[in-house]
Order: sequence, then C-alpha cells, then structure tokens
Amino acid sequence: MKTFRLLTTVAALALASAVAAQDTPKSGGTLNAVIQPEPPSLMLGLVQNGPTQMVAGQIYESLLRYDKDLNPMPSLAKEWTKSEDGITYTFTLQDGVLWHDGTPFTSADVLFSVDVFLRETHARLRASLEQVASIETPDDKTVVFTLKQPFGPFLGIFEAGTMPMIPKHIYEGTDFANNPANNTPIGTGPFKFEEWQRGSYIHLVKNDDYYMAGKPYLDEIYYQVIPDAASRAVAFETGKIDLLPGGSVENFDVPRLTAMDNVCSTDAGWEFFGPHSWMWLNMHEGPMMDKNLRKAVMHGLDREFARDALWNGTGKVAKGPVSSVTRFFETDTPDITFDPEKAKEFLAASVYNGETLRLLPLPYGETWQRWAEATRQNLADIGITVEIVATDVAGWNQKVADWDFDMAFTYLYQYGDPALGVSRTYVSTNIAKGSPWNNVSGYVNEEVDTLFADAAIQANDADRQSLYTQAQNIIVDDVPVAWMLELAFPTIYRCDLMNPVSTAIGVNDGMRDAWLDR
Amino acid sequence: MRGFWRRYSRNRGAVIGLFILLAVIICAAAAPFLFPRSPWSMVQRPFLPPFTVDGLMLGTDALGRDVLSGLFHGARVSLLVGLVSTVVALSIGIPIGALAGYYGGLVDDGLMRFTEFFQTIPSFALAIVLLAIFQPSLGYIILAIAIVSWPPVARLVRGEVLSLRHREFVEAATLSGQSNLRIIIWQVLPNALPPIIVLASLMVATAILLESSLSFLGLGDPNVMSWGYMIGAARTVLRTAWWLSFIPGIAIVLTVLALNLIGEGLNDALNPRLRSRTP
Repeated sequence: MKTFRLLTTVAALALASAVAAQDTPKSGGTLNAVIQPEPPSLMLGLVQNGPTQMVAGQIYESLLRYDKDLNPMPSLAKEWTKSEDGITYTFTLQDGVLWHDGTPFTSADVLFSVDVFLRETHARLRASLEQVASIETPDDKTVVFTLKQPFGPFLGIFEAGTMPMIPKHIYEGTDFANNPANNTPIGTGPFKFEEWQRGSYIHLVKNDDYYMAGKPYLDEIYYQVIPDAASRAVAFETGKIDLLPGGSVENFDVPRLTAMDNVCSTDAGWEFFGPHSWMWLNMHEGPMMDKNLRKAVMHGLDREFARDALWNGTGKVAKGPVSSVTRFFETDTPDITFDPEKAKEFLAASVYNGETLRLLPLPYGETWQRWAEATRQNLADIGITVEIVATDVAGWNQKVADWDFDMAFTYLYQYGDPALGVSRTYVSTNIAKGSPWNNVSGYVNEEVDTLFADAAIQANDADRQSLYTQAQNIIVDDVPVAWMLELAFPTIYRCDLMNPVSTAIGVNDGMRDAWLDR
Repeated sequence: MRGFWRRYSRNRGAVIGLFILLAVIICAAAAPFLFPRSPWSMVQRPFLPPFTVDGLMLGTDALGRDVLSGLFHGARVSLLVGLVSTVVALSIGIPIGALAGYYGGLVDDGLMRFTEFFQTIPSFALAIVLLAIFQPSLGYIILAIAIVSWPPVARLVRGEVLSLRHREFVEAATLSGQSNLRIIIWQVLPNALPPIIVLASLMVATAILLESSLSFLGLGDPNVMSWGYMIGAARTVLRTAWWLSFIPGIAIVLTVLALNLIGEGLNDALNPRLRSRTP
C-alpha cells in the first residue's frame, strides 16, 4: 500500500513537472512572420501605419502596455500614480533600461520624445498633448505630467504606436525626417533591428541586454514580404511562415488555413484598435440629408448575413458609434437591426423617389467588393436603387475627401477611448473637405458636440459614462453613418508558437512574451 | 443564297458553331422571362454546389446568388459587348482603311502610321490603361475594346481596297463621273465585304474574351453581371468552390469556339476560290 502511495506521488510529481515544463517558456528559435504590405519605414516616431507598428512595436516601447480590457500594465514605466483631481500623473521608470546602442534610457528621453519629437511628428498624439500643461523630470527615473484640466483618456495614450520612446542622444537637434538613423532604428525594445532586404524580408534579433531577465525568448524574427495574398496563404501552408498577422490573407482562405493540423487562431489582440466599419452617408447634399432615408438604409442592411457570408462569422454586428471593446460602450441604444418592413416604412416617409445613389466600396480586396454588392442588393430589396462606383485606393481617398458619394464604406480604429477614436467622426468641428478621416458625413448636432467635449474632460469614469451614454443614444437615433460590423482580424499561427497575443495590440508588441515550443 | 448555305453547311463545325451561338442568343433573350429577379439577388445559402438544391440547378456563389441566373443574364452582357464593340471598331476601321487604300500616297501614309501607333501597343495593356482613365462602366468598356480592336480592320480593308482600286469596274465608275465617295461606298466596299465579315465574326469572339479578361481583373462594370465578372469573383475561391469559375468558363469557351467555327464557315462560304479546301 505504501509503495502504491509512493508511486502515485511520484507519478503526480512527474505529471506536475511535465505540466510545468510545458508552461515554462523555452528560449531560442527563429520565428517567420508575414508582413503585409511592406512598411514604408520602421521609424515608429515618424510613421505609424499598420505594418510599421507591427514590426517596430518589437523595437520601440512606450511607458505602458494594455491588457485585453484596456487596463494599463507596466512597460518602460514600472509604476504610475494619478492625483485626486486628475491633473497630475507621475511615472516611475524601470531600472537598467538601455537603448540598443548601449546608452541608458532616462526621463530626459521621455521628455524629448513627448515634448519635442512626437509633438512635431505625430498628429494624433499632438491632439491629446493639447491637454498637457507641462512635463517635468525631477530625476532620471521620474516623469510628471501636469494637465490643464482632467482628461479622461490620458492613461490610454501611452501605447507604443501612440507614444514610442525616441532616443534623445540620436535625434536631438537633427532634422527628424531625414536623420540617417531612421534606417537603423534604435529603441529599447526586446528586439534589435538587424537587416532589411527591401522587397524580401526584415530581420530582427534578440536584444541580449533587455531589462527583463530571460526575455525575449525568441532568438530572431524574420518578417517576410510576400506581396500576393494567395502566395502568403501557400507560404503558411508549406510551413515557410509560422505567423499570419490579422488581415494578411483573404477572408475566404481563413477557414481553410485554420482547419489545418497544428494551426491555431485568435481574434484577440485588436481591442485597442477596435476596428469599426460603417458607411458614410453624405449629409452635405442630396437625399441622404433626410433622416428617414438614412434610417431606411440602416434597417435595410442585413449585417448578420454579411458577417456570416463575408467575414466567416467573425466580428460583431455594430450597435452604434462605439465599439463594444472600446471603453464607455453603451448596450442600450435605439434599435438599428435588420428589418426590411421597417425600412420600407421609413423609405415611404422619406424624400427619396427612385434616384440612383452612388456607393463607394472600400478598395481593399474581394471581401469589400462583395460586401458592396450585398449592400446594393439589400437596398434594392427595399426599393433603393444603388450603383457601385468602381475605384482604386487613390480614387477612394479623393472621392470621400471631396464628399463625392452618397454612401461610402470605411473602417477606422477607436484607440480604446471615445475621446481618442470616436468623437472625431461625429463632432461638427471636425468637418473639413479634403480629408477622408474626419467627420466626412457632415453630421452637425450641437448637443453631441457638447457631450463629447464635456465627457473628455471629466475626472471620473462614472461621469464620463453618463455623458457618453447620452451621446450614443442621440447619434444612433440620428444615423449619421450606417454602422456595419466590429471587424475581427484573426491572427493565425502554428500552435507551437506560444503566447503571440498577450496585449490589446496583439502581435504589435507581443513578441516580447512569445516563445516556440520546439 | 442557297449556294451560300450549301457551301457553309459543308463545313460541319460551322453548323455546330451556329447552333451553339443560336442557343446562347436564345438564353440571352429568355433571361428576363426565365429569371425575372435580378441575377444579383441573394436567394439561398452561399456556396451551394450544383445539382444539390431544387430550383438552383447550378448552385449559388459566394453571396448565395443563383449561378444559372447569372449565366443567362451574363450571356446578354457578353453578346452585347461583343456585338456593339465590333460594330464600333468596324465603323472606325473601315473608313480609315478605305480612305487609305483608295487615295494612297500621303493619305495612306498618314492613316497607316496612325493605325500602327495603335498596333504597336499591346491591345490588352491599352484596354487596361483606357479603363483606368475612364470610369469602368459598360459603355466605356465597349469603347475601350473597340479602340484596341479596330487597327486590324483598317489594315485588312486597306489591302482589299488597294487590290480593287484599279479594277475595270472601278475605272468604269470613275469614267461615268461618280464621285470618289460614291465609288468607295457602292463599288469598292461591297466587293471587299467577305473578308471583313469573316474578321468581324472573329472580332466578336475576341471582344467577349477581352471583356471577360477585364472583368476578371476587376476592371469590369461592377453593376453588370457578366461571365468575366463571375469568374473574377470566383477566382478567389478556386480552391474551395472550383465550379464557380468552371461553369462561366465553359460558357465563354463554347461561345468563343462557336464564333470561331462560324468565322471559318463564313470564310469557306464567302470565298469560293477556297472551296476545295474543305473536304
């Protein structure tokens, strides 16, 4: 009996250690990922488009990272405090952080990055920095931000793509855009830039002096440039590639790839961006100025079908202007579900009488083209004649910016907070011809303007929530755009690549904690 | 006329071609009666394979649209594009070729250099450029196809006119005091017609192929259901639903083959000197 018990104990111990072995990250190995399209530059302080963030997010870091519920986590800042009145934020930096060239990272770098470099180069951050009265660095390890007034989303702007730390000793006093160092980016991140063969691959290697002992686990990462979507899918199938970031293969290939052996996928890792798709409805002129027609369109769209047929059932039907992953999302907004009968009633009450409306699809590939076709048919079924305008990316930008459409597909990121990524679409101060990213519809509602302005500067979240709830209710009832889906861009990877997505920006900064179980 | 049919029907392929084309024309004509709903309407679950659901013989495409309905309605577009663009191309090519061949000299040089300018650019590349400049709509697609396909007509007509220009009947007409224009239209061109007809039948086939290729590349009219569009939209699901490309592909192959066979038959029938060539 005793032996038996001993045996079971041994067995249990062995089992436990086996489990532990599986959970203990292994160091070493080379990861091959796809990058699509090839980034124009890896200097994250100058360029922040998607592929740049995906690669440069391993090279550069910011003060904070965010978990999947958008709560801040330590990154270059190990601690932070917020004063009672919501005016003063104090960050304490990590110890022993070095730039890739060996120079120590200090609070002076933070001050330079935010106040000098990014204020000049980063339009989105500059808008938020309007709220900052002063930045002080009492010592090498402390940074104090003092705001002009409480600014609710302030702790949400310390993400790597929003506020990357830039080395002061390299950039101070230089022409930032033309500094030769832009070709050999120097950051504090877990990986160092090694080589970039244009048109072929970007090679990053492990930063041996990284401040977290033992991390990163991977020895090197190759970001392979493969311009054709079908070839990317084949490269993954043949095993040349182990990681397909979201959006790098066409949607219809996703079920086939995820059905393969040893292939995992996740929709997580986009919470910070909250990609939200909708159709602009042109309220500057023409029939869309009529709210009844806009409501008819909204109720005429079978968005569940679009999700199931075009997006493989991933993503969510949008309920309004705020994505369900973004903070201050309100569930109980007016009903905008698919209801052809209701749509026909609104249509009958509207000014519409049979004219052909122009629909601009997003020129991002087959899925969006099919989506426009399905939309045209949805609207034809309730009695609206729609013509699809064929266009390329440049033409789309121009037509949307010039308000030369009746309906136009788009999707935008929300950056976790309505003040950062939602209000810009709906406030009347953001109407300006010439940009496809502002309040393109031309929606004017003073109440909404006031609510958004007030909500941004509340010190506590409960007050912000109540103002944002009011704003969402009004906007959903006005239908200034026709909300489509909260998009999901699944990340597809070999199952023995462990933990590639651990934050709200997913693979953009996930390689620090990723490892290969091989 | 009976002689024509007798000579034509001696080429069995040409007769088969004619029947296929007639069938396509009937499909095109019957489309709005057999399938009164728009071919774009989403009627069933997406990706139903052929012969699995009653009433949807050829299944559904990526958006649940009836493939058979698309095929019938697509026939209208393909035939329309083929015929109209050929007519337009002929109406550009014939006058240019006739003038060049009839007047010769500087006029000939000028017009032929102009023609060669178009001939040196690969026609498909030119069509793509033209559509990138224009808005891709059905009218412009027809125009683009016509613009890239008239040069061979001009060259052919010029050659024919050159050889007819100094025949006795033309000189007789000149002596009887007819104007040059009248002579070209009433004396020369009717005699140059047989090879033009043959060429035109092949041009219709080429135009259908060209329209399909353009749609395949996504340069078609997004508001018109054509066979090329169907293949282009299905191209991306080739590995999971191959029949969606295969079915309209067969339709294009058959139609183009039929037109080529007819061209061959017309050649035999209109060119009695070559009669002995056909067994």
